[in-house]
Amino acid sequence: MKKTVFFGALTAAGLAAGMASAATLDDVKARGSLNCGVTTGLVGFAAPNAEGEWEGFDVGVCRAVAAAIFGDPTAVEFVPTTGQTRFTALASGEIDLLARNTTWTMSRDVDLKFEFVGVNYYDGQGFLVPKALGVTSATELDGATVCIQTGTTTELNLADYFRVNGITYEPVPIETNAEGQQQYLAGACDVYTTDASGLAATRATFENPNDHVLLPEIISKEPLGPLVRHGDNEWGDIARWTLNALITAEELGVTSENIEELAATPGNNPEVNRLLGTEGELGAMLGLEADWAKNAIMAGGNYGELFDNNIGESTSIALARGLNAQWTDGGLLYSPPFR
Amino acid sequence: MSTLTDPPKPGFRLSQLIYDTRYRSITIQVIALVLIIGAFWWLGNNTVNNLNALGKDFDFGFLNSAAGYDINQRLIEYDNQMSHGRAALVGILNTLLVAFLGCISALVIGVFVGVLRLSKNWVVSKLMAVYVEGFRNVPLLIWILLIGAVMSESMPQPREFRGEDATQSMYFSDNVAVTNRGIWIPRLGFSNSISGEEAVAPIEGATPVASGGADWLLILGTLALSLIAIRYIRNRADKVQQSTGDRPTIWYQQLAILVIPVGVVLIALGATIVSPYLKGFNFTEGTHLRNSLIALWVALSLYTGAFIAEIVRAGILAVSKGQSEAAAALGIQPSRTMKLVILPQALRVIIPPLISQFLNLTKNSSLAIAVGYMDVRATLGGITINQTGRELEGMLLMGAFYLTLSLLISGGMNYYNRSTQLAER
Amino acid sequence: MSDTPVTYVRKEMLGQKAPPTSEVGPVRWVRENLFSSPMNAILTILSLYVVYVVVSHVGPWLVNGIWDADSLTECREIIAATGDGHHSAACFGVISARWHQLVFGYYPSELYWRPVLALVVFLVGIAPVMFPSLPRKLYIVTMAAPLLCFWLLWGGSIWLPIAIALGFAVGVVAHKLLDTHVSSLAAIIGAIVLPLIYWLYICGPLAGGLASIIPLGIEFVPSRSFGGFMLSIVIGLSAIVISLPLGILLALARRSDLFIIKTCAVVFIEVIRGIPLIVWLFTAQLLLNYFLPPGSSFDLTLRVIIMVTLFAAAYIAEVIRGGLAALPKGQYEGADSLGLNYWQSMQLIVLPQALKISIPGIVNTFIGLFKDTTLVVFIGLFDPLGIASAIRATTEWNGIYWELFLFIGIMFFISCFSMGRYSLYLEKKLQREHR
Repeated sequence: MKKTVFFGALTAAGLAAGMASAATLDDVKARGSLNCGVTTGLVGFAAPNAEGEWEGFDVGVCRAVAAAIFGDPTAVEFVPTTGQTRFTALASGEIDLLARNTTWTMSRDVDLKFEFVGVNYYDGQGFLVPKALGVTSATELDGATVCIQTGTTTELNLADYFRVNGITYEPVPIETNAEGQQQYLAGACDVYTTDASGLAATRATFENPNDHVLLPEIISKEPLGPLVRHGDNEWGDIARWTLNALITAEELGVTSENIEELAATPGNNPEVNRLLGTEGELGAMLGLEADWAKNAIMAGGNYGELFDNNIGESTSIALARGLNAQWTDGGLLYSPPFR
Repeated sequence: MSTLTDPPKPGFRLSQLIYDTRYRSITIQVIALVLIIGAFWWLGNNTVNNLNALGKDFDFGFLNSAAGYDINQRLIEYDNQMSHGRAALVGILNTLLVAFLGCISALVIGVFVGVLRLSKNWVVSKLMAVYVEGFRNVPLLIWILLIGAVMSESMPQPREFRGEDATQSMYFSDNVAVTNRGIWIPRLGFSNSISGEEAVAPIEGATPVASGGADWLLILGTLALSLIAIRYIRNRADKVQQSTGDRPTIWYQQLAILVIPVGVVLIALGATIVSPYLKGFNFTEGTHLRNSLIALWVALSLYTGAFIAEIVRAGILAVSKGQSEAAAALGIQPSRTMKLVILPQALRVIIPPLISQFLNLTKNSSLAIAVGYMDVRATLGGITINQTGRELEGMLLMGAFYLTLSLLISGGMNYYNRSTQLAER
Repeated sequence: MSDTPVTYVRKEMLGQKAPPTSEVGPVRWVRENLFSSPMNAILTILSLYVVYVVVSHVGPWLVNGIWDADSLTECREIIAATGDGHHSAACFGVISARWHQLVFGYYPSELYWRPVLALVVFLVGIAPVMFPSLPRKLYIVTMAAPLLCFWLLWGGSIWLPIAIALGFAVGVVAHKLLDTHVSSLAAIIGAIVLPLIYWLYICGPLAGGLASIIPLGIEFVPSRSFGGFMLSIVIGLSAIVISLPLGILLALARRSDLFIIKTCAVVFIEVIRGIPLIVWLFTAQLLLNYFLPPGSSFDLTLRVIIMVTLFAAAYIAEVIRGGLAALPKGQYEGADSLGLNYWQSMQLIVLPQALKISIPGIVNTFIGLFKDTTLVVFIGLFDPLGIASAIRATTEWNGIYWELFLFIGIMFFISCFSMGRYSLYLEKKLQREHR
């Protein structure tokens, strides 16, 4: 790690952040907090509240990783990133982990040199249209004006979809979800397209949500997940297994409510015991404390709790679990075993 | 200084490099050069190391690969299978378009407001003051956002034009449609197009028309020739006036030369007006001025117009009253005083800051990002960089483009300054 | 004949009559100012119509504004309950609920006094520059203000700003010692090189050491918590203050006879001015890390301040170059004839006068820069517009639009307009003094 004393002094002043080096975990521990990249604001996934505290589904992942490392879910610095700046922020070491509904694609994984540590939301690109248009299928959208966020995969998917179906469209590029919502509601575009979860979240905040429908077509696979830089596998492992711990916890019925009890009095389910560190050496393998997964789960609950509290059916966003149910319930969530 | 009085000493000592004013400047410059080269070497070396560490290379090859994204406003042919380089070119043309349109309208607004602000009419001059101060003191970005929002919120949607019970109707006998997606205006189509493009009927049953670059080149060429001819006629009239004192009436000749050749060309090409009409979700045919273009254009011209108004006002105030009185004393007609006496002097004050406002407007057009106008920053500097991860190459290209544009404009300004300064004593 | 009394000659003066109603008071004013010609009448009516349209559309919306609602839904309910149609009232509740974020960003609310105090310190520091009648002793505050403001804003150990300040002392002492004992040139070189060495290698450990011996300081606030107008002001002011010395050097370099120095200054200024700020900001965001040694990475706010400083330096340089050019040639010649060398003549004769002429231009540059700080929203910083987007992304205020922008616009208008007036006042004063 090459850094001059001057930069050291600035670090002391807290002005020089993140020294990207081979050992991200050491850097994070030395800094005392995790730098986590999130969106600049998307209801349910990441947004600061009136006190300036970040809340949301993606934020929950950040907090879980921080809790796994430090035992403290508040040891996170949230770095808001836009669609255009997120990858550079990660590549340059400004952030250690990017949890910003980012689609796992081959070129991002291979060419942009990132490592996706898993999928925290299985999504697909959908279309939101006003009921008044009378459209029932995306193939009827010939000539429509489509609002679309730039710097995302949705842009490319849309071009492909309309090309394959031999129909034309007029793209209206927008920067943020809030802007897209305003344009769509004003009727400046007929259709708003982005990840179906985002559409549902957006629709939930409308004055009259029932005047708008999601079209049945889902035109792409959008596995959204947190990602880290290529080349630091130990760090990637921590992020990956923290996410897996949240998923496994739900599968095994470990919740933020019963976790204290389960950890205090180890039961006879060996996988729960291994997960909570009362048995085996899984934490030490990652270079963390034995109760790392317990802390991660206690940060905001297991995957199911995170989902329900932030974007689930009881919230205003009202997303159904769908593909994001546990594999035992017919969904796609399938964590490798803790062994 | 001291070297002038001291007799020159023979020989050369090393300390002369520092203490002898003859050599000191060379020493300083050599040191500066070494420092600068060192700094650049350091930056370059860091960049190479960083690129190596990230496993990236420095390669402009991405410009040839397929872009994969669509652009709504394209002045040249483009689709998503064309290259990133082509997409960048589309963006460059869009930047130039909005900068050009903005400069013209900002100038018009600025001149009007600048003159009206000097008006004796209290309401008018105060209103203009409110406009000027309001636009000068609020960030351009906020104006762009606000005007964009006004455009999309307060204009009717295309579907309100549809059906028997349409709540909205088009203007100018169904030729212009104003919607919250932009304004559709008629365009010219040519049934005898020379561009070689396939002629298609804009609407069922209409004459098939095409519209290509070659047609427009022909029309513009004719127009340019006419303008040269008009200039020639005016010069001849000036000569006649100087020799005889009488100015021949030439306006009808000028008008005829301006109108007739272009008219003939238009008729020969079979020009027809193609009006927009509602089809499906949107209007079709005609020329579509998108919301993003209009919002950016209007905001840029109103914002820059406020600055230009102040420049124009200062320019007019700078010409002393004695000048117009002297013109009257010489017997120059009041209608020609402005053109012959006031304007040439005011312009010398106005033009340099005016050009720098044009420069600002051109650079500010990069705020297109706020309304999603697809300029060069949005295509090359935005989506292309994002999809390919080539930020170093992309930013370099974009910087080079803006720099070239600025240098061209300021080069023009310097040329103009030199030519006007010659007139000064 | 001659003594025939002339009966029709009035003996006493008539009392003064009131002028016709059309020639006095408001009527005359209206006639002369609004309806002096048909053209003027048309313009007046047109203008009044425009004012009427704007007021009749915006007025009720403003006046009926709801100030006490905690969310947009609640606000809409209140509007519906009062029952005067759709969208005829503004929801200013968002401002009363979130004004502190719009002003301070996510700065800890119990520490709001720190940025406020920093602003006061800055204003006191700049007062002797702005108003020459104030006592010269205030310049002590001016010298201390930058580091004091830095410390108040970011907090942390008090030893770091003190250690940095010591660097200047090192420079001054080195200059004095070398000047008396070695030579003036060595003094200049020493005054530049020694503090640099000190800052690069000694300052950090010294501050760290002192902090570990006597831990004295206030709570550290990371720059990510900065936001709202505070961020705009911090970026704008620090950029202007740091860019001032840079700009002076650049302006002098551009007017210098030394070819290489002049070329470098011209290239730097033209490149910076030729490319839009937003491209520079993206450079700071995307590229700055490429140019620094591998592994080092600055905080984004700091990178933005560096970039905006360089940007401002190029503009300030042009303003000061204008000031230098406006100075009568006799001043330069007078300095030469006194036998002053280049730096002496600049320091004692030229720059004090040139800077004084340039102050209005510098203030105008600052206004432009302050407005341009809104662009940092595009690289993910929470300036007022960024905060506005964040507020719009929360469940309570999703969908709100005009009220936030109106508030931000008015705040900008107030500050920029008053600064513009100040610069205008300065210009007038300078004109008077030069006559």
